Amino acid sequence: MATSDIQVAEHALQHHFADMEQQQETSTFGMWMFLLTEIMFFGGLFCAYLVYRASYYQAFVEGSQKMNIWLGATNTAVLICSSLSMALGVRAAQMGKPKLMAILLLITMVFGFGFLGIKGIEYHEHWVHHEFPGPNFHFETGDPAHPATDPQHTQIYFSLYWAMTGLHAFHMIIGIGLVLWIMIAGLMGAFTPSYFTPVENVGLYWHFVDLVWIYLFPLLYLISKKHGG
Amino acid sequence: MHNLQDRFHPGSAQEHFDPMSHVVPIRMYVTIWAALMIFTGLTVFAATVELHVFNIVLALLIATIKGTLVALFFMHLRYSTKLTMVTVIAAIFFLFILFGLSMTDYLTRAWLTNTIH
Repeated sequence: MATSDIQVAEHALQHHFADMEQQQETSTFGMWMFLLTEIMFFGGLFCAYLVYRASYYQAFVEGSQKMNIWLGATNTAVLICSSLSMALGVRAAQMGKPKLMAILLLITMVFGFGFLGIKGIEYHEHWVHHEFPGPNFHFETGDPAHPATDPQHTQIYFSLYWAMTGLHAFHMIIGIGLVLWIMIAGLMGAFTPSYFTPVENVGLYWHFVDLVWIYLFPLLYLISKKHGG
Repeated sequence: MHNLQDRFHPGSAQEHFDPMSHVVPIRMYVTIWAALMIFTGLTVFAATVELHVFNIVLALLIATIKGTLVALFFMHLRYSTKLTMVTVIAAIFFLFILFGLSMTDYLTRAWLTNTIH
């Protein structure tokens, strides 16, 4: 460890912690506690999904047939790639390579914007097809005289779809902002191999948002076998 | 009798804190990434096959494998303290209380109507 590193490390160590290791573990534990509250936050929506899906299964199948599986799968892949670049970015910070870290975080942000762009295309498609809950919601279910499912129930599916993916997209936007902050701070020399906790914790946040999507994708897009194309 | 520091950080009294010891090889991150991509392909493929109730079972199984890989390796849970592991288990535990208790209500309402009529 270089002398300058030790100086930064001593500066970074807050007086109420015994050493850098305890400080880092405490901070990471705090981040996990926050993620626990986030799990419960999303958990409420997942629970609402579970209740209504159990009640109106066929209506949920009808709604999910309107999803573009290929865009959804592409977005899943985009997020997984962004998680890889994020993990490698944290690793670069850990090894004291701020320029490499900045490049990897930039790639992460590009993937993040890519995800939001694809999500935007999907949102536009749903919007123009009146698949947005509210007074303009319109949904055809086969034979209008003998509908297999109640369009009102499919509207519940779309309400949950917009709420869950919307909250997720909001987390993505916050995540991109955090990654940008970490990238700039890193380029200004804020992190060393003995102090990179903010990078680690932003990484945890980013991976958590990826994890939420890993569950959203099958639950919203892949409810049942895709029929009719 | 160990002091508090030693109980929470066994070995830290002897060894100097070296964050570099936690650096994970790039190869491992790429392996996890490849596994996640393969499982994504698998879950999309599984959705094209009619498995009835097992469609959702398989989809959730694959999602849970993917989520576990992300948490253990990308989120370094495998290298974290027991306290962090307990936090994660607590999150899953309370999530299942939320789901479980809600469903005991919603899934049993039909039973009540059956007895009335």
